[in-house]
Amino acid sequence: MHDITVVDLSRWQFAITVLYHFLFVPLTLGLSFMLAAMETVYVTTGKQIYREIAQFWGKLFLINFALGVATGLTMEFEFGTNWSFYSSFVGDIFGAPLAIEGLMAFFLEATFVGMMVFGWDRLKRGQHLAVTYMVALGSNLSALWILIANSFMQNPQGATFNPATMRMELTSFTQLIFSHDAQAKFVHTSIAGYVTGAIFVAGISAWYMLKGRHIELARRSFRMAVLFGVLSTAGVITLGDALGFVGGQAQPSKLAAMEGLWKSEAAPMPFNLVAFPSQKEQVNHDQLQIPYALSLLVTHSMDGTVPGFDKLEQQAVGRIKNGIPAVEALQTLASKPGDAAALAQFRAHEKDLGYGFLVQRYAEDVSKATDAEIGTAARDIIPEVAPIFWSFRAMVAMGLAMLAFFVLAVIFSLRNDIVRQRWFLKIAVWMIPVPFLACEAGWLVAELGRQPWTVYGVLPTWMSASTHSVGYMIFSLVGFVGLYTVFIIAEMYLMLRAIRKGPDEPHGDDPDRDSDPMLNNSAKAGPFAGYAEG
Amino acid sequence: MDMYTVFQIVWWILLGVLLSGLAVMVGMDMGVGTILRYVGRSDLERRVALNIIGPHWEGNQVWFVLGGGAVFAAFPLIYATAFSGFYVVMLLLLWSMILRPLGFEYRSKLPSARWRGMWDWALFISGLVPMVVFGAAFGNLFEGVPFQFSWNLTSTYTGSFLALLNPFAILCGLLSASLSVFMGSVTVMNGAEGVIYERGRKLARFSAVLAAVLFAVGGFWVKGMQGYVLTSSPGAGVPQTPLQQVVTLIDGAWFGNLHTHAWLWLLPALGFAGMLFGLLAANARRSHLAWWSGAMAWVGVIATAGAALFPFMLPSSSEPAQSLTVWNSSSSELTLTWMFGFAVVFVPLIVWYTSWAFYVMRGKVKAEHVAADEHSY
Ligand code: HDD
Ligand code: HEM
Ligand code: HEM
Repeated sequence: MHDITVVDLSRWQFAITVLYHFLFVPLTLGLSFMLAAMETVYVTTGKQIYREIAQFWGKLFLINFALGVATGLTMEFEFGTNWSFYSSFVGDIFGAPLAIEGLMAFFLEATFVGMMVFGWDRLKRGQHLAVTYMVALGSNLSALWILIANSFMQNPQGATFNPATMRMELTSFTQLIFSHDAQAKFVHTSIAGYVTGAIFVAGISAWYMLKGRHIELARRSFRMAVLFGVLSTAGVITLGDALGFVGGQAQPSKLAAMEGLWKSEAAPMPFNLVAFPSQKEQVNHDQLQIPYALSLLVTHSMDGTVPGFDKLEQQAVGRIKNGIPAVEALQTLASKPGDAAALAQFRAHEKDLGYGFLVQRYAEDVSKATDAEIGTAARDIIPEVAPIFWSFRAMVAMGLAMLAFFVLAVIFSLRNDIVRQRWFLKIAVWMIPVPFLACEAGWLVAELGRQPWTVYGVLPTWMSASTHSVGYMIFSLVGFVGLYTVFIIAEMYLMLRAIRKGPDEPHGDDPDRDSDPMLNNSAKAGPFAGYAEG
Repeated sequence: MDMYTVFQIVWWILLGVLLSGLAVMVGMDMGVGTILRYVGRSDLERRVALNIIGPHWEGNQVWFVLGGGAVFAAFPLIYATAFSGFYVVMLLLLWSMILRPLGFEYRSKLPSARWRGMWDWALFISGLVPMVVFGAAFGNLFEGVPFQFSWNLTSTYTGSFLALLNPFAILCGLLSASLSVFMGSVTVMNGAEGVIYERGRKLARFSAVLAAVLFAVGGFWVKGMQGYVLTSSPGAGVPQTPLQQVVTLIDGAWFGNLHTHAWLWLLPALGFAGMLFGLLAANARRSHLAWWSGAMAWVGVIATAGAALFPFMLPSSSEPAQSLTVWNSSSSELTLTWMFGFAVVFVPLIVWYTSWAFYVMRGKVKAEHVAADEHSY
């Protein structure tokens, strides 16, 4: 039997280490593409300043990248160290995308990142550009494969349980990789990374403009960033909507948590803009609703409905009862492999095997599970509603705020008076943390909303963890938190130092500035023109 | 043989290839980290040593990541049981390992001598500890690891953390560390000149001899050990769980495979030959040759261990009948097939562009250049 404290500590550790990893990933995803774009302009126009731009942002990229790699190493092994039952139970399916990620993405990215840094003097321009593109391609491919893996957990497809090996096994590789969830998730997440890169570049450029330093570099970077940003943000929002649509069908309990839907209602359903969900009483306090909006948003029609927790809990009771004989049959098969009667019983009930496991937490011998225990297990299918509800709203609000920001930024930038809009530049600096928070909030929705499952409907979280002692778990948790805290301090220090120092050489007047496609006419007329190099 | 058996064996061999890639490529970078404070006395000398592997360590490290991923995909039960069983040791490995990216990337970003000195120690730890753990893990396979399964294959490890650091395991850890130091030393010889080169050469000769001695001692030690023999099981290529076997322990049984298939003696011979050629080549200042000899030594050592253990992958000392073998811990045929397809396409591609990267960066690293170039570590 699993010690629930150990499971909880494992969850905390996984959540902390992966949320930490995802502080660095989005910037890698976004900035790598922006570096490629900047360098493309350098190679096609031959303008020296774009080389400086690419090299400067490249430096910041590397400071961030080091921690992405370091914390990724933890992730690669944490399934085995801390989720060993999970790993052996679905490893036949889940391990494949992870290994492919290494083969296809990490090697590409990591080999070429070395070339990107050290190759400026050894490679021809075109070669170096190709190398930079490989880095960007590699980082995005890595997102693709890890998200295919994650989508299997959210919406398991292409796999079935094999009693002969006592685990889930792959039945269709193509179903695994072409799941709609995976596609929507990949596009949403990688574009979220582009948004992050865009805000990062725009924010730091804005800071230089405010300080009157490196104006040339800052204006050009800013313009590229906001053009890239406005498109990406629009994309994130569109795909976020799609993700809600696809995900809502596969995981009704996550959707109900995102919307704070305790009771099922008739169509057209209202949307809870603000509410204070209470897990205990199973109601929302002080809610502010928009009529009809929920039906429209999640079913894209006026007469669509989505089930609330009352209905979902009821369904779970039925499925648990149906799953119990499946677990019993497996117990027989474990000692008598191939027993025909047990196999037949298993086949008849296998679709609810996961629900049988759910009640095993309360009744180790499932055949003796009481109605009360089944009821408790059924209630478990309700995840923690309040944090999901609020994380979701936070993510959406930040997305809309960033869209508004980018639209204004594009207007100012195209009108060439961005340097004069000091209030707006200040906002731009303060926007820097926003996409990082939005990404973290998105993952909280995705992962907390999946509870109580590690693989939705198939494998409950409580049995997925390794059987460590509480002492070991505290030891490792403290170790990770301590180490990671030191890391982030070193990283922030170096990042801020590199930003304050700015690009290396003062680059003087650029003779062909006027013919520059990215920046037209009045570039020299900014208020800081006289003291551009501080 | 049916296809499932073939793929099980192919993946067992591929795993050996990946582990050898890991040992050679990550091992050489870690070796450089381990000897950094010795070969480089001044800050500039250390930077020269670091910049020799600067463009490549990141790509090389992926052999380690891929090693983890491949075990997960091809032998999930090993991934789950070994890494959770070795928990504290794995943490030592990970915590030291994650210092490395920062050590490389952050060390030379600040001028402060204390800052750099701190990261030099970090690079030492992150070079030495993982290689010792890597070898020690192999050592434990020969002795068996105390774990067992419940009916649904939940694994429980019943030993203590210290049990994993027993004398034989430490011997294997030292063997692995000395091979890594050898590779690091010849890598430094490849890329440096003058005093740094000479210090590297000294260490290369020393570590080649040490490795050979440890490998020989290890061999005799294993001969005296109890080995595991699979007396009955559902067999190769049959979907099964580890709850269906009979295993007996017999003195010296780890030499069984070598006795039945005499040609397998070529594998330890390859290991010793690699160390010997490595010694001679380093002595003769042929550092490239020494590098390839070191790689050969690694392949010989890892293949010897694999061949001795086969078909066992993770023997259980507390419940020998539940030992993990190639047959009971592999993935399904479909997964192994798909993964094989990906490996066939991508491994050659990786070798190709990695070679290109080494080709572009060939030549000596000059101190003046390191001092002047703002991109260098
Ligand atoms: C810049 C970051 C960012 C922004 C502005 C948004 N998202 Fe997002 N969102 C993410 C970054 C993100 C993410 C970090 O990438 C997540 C976590 C898991 C995932 O697939 O993407 C995510 C998850 C996520 C999920 C949960 C998916 C699941 O359960 O698997 C939904 C339903 C949405 N998003 C919907 C939206 C909507 C409707 C947005 C409208 C503004 C939005 N997101 C903006
Ligand atoms: C990098 C972005 C991610 C973030 C920020 C994130 C966040 C989280 C959080 C907060 C939890 C704890 C949930 C809970 O236990 O209540 C969790 C659990 C987990 N996540 Fe994710 N996750 C991310 C990506 C992934 C991916 C890509 C996978 C699989 C490939 C994954 C697999 C898991 C597993 C196995 C657990 C532990 C079991 C569980 O508690 O459900 N996560 N994650
Ligand atoms: C919990 C599951 C995850 C695991 C096991 C994992 C694994 C890893 C590993 C091992 C690395 C280091 C690779 C190297 O050595 O070069 C890494 C870095 C990275 N990961 Fe994650 N990761 C996870 C979550 C995610 C997610 C959710 C994404 C994207 C959406 C992502 C994208 C990246 C990227 C872009 C990098 C940085 C570039 C790099 O280091 O190569 N990872 N990850």
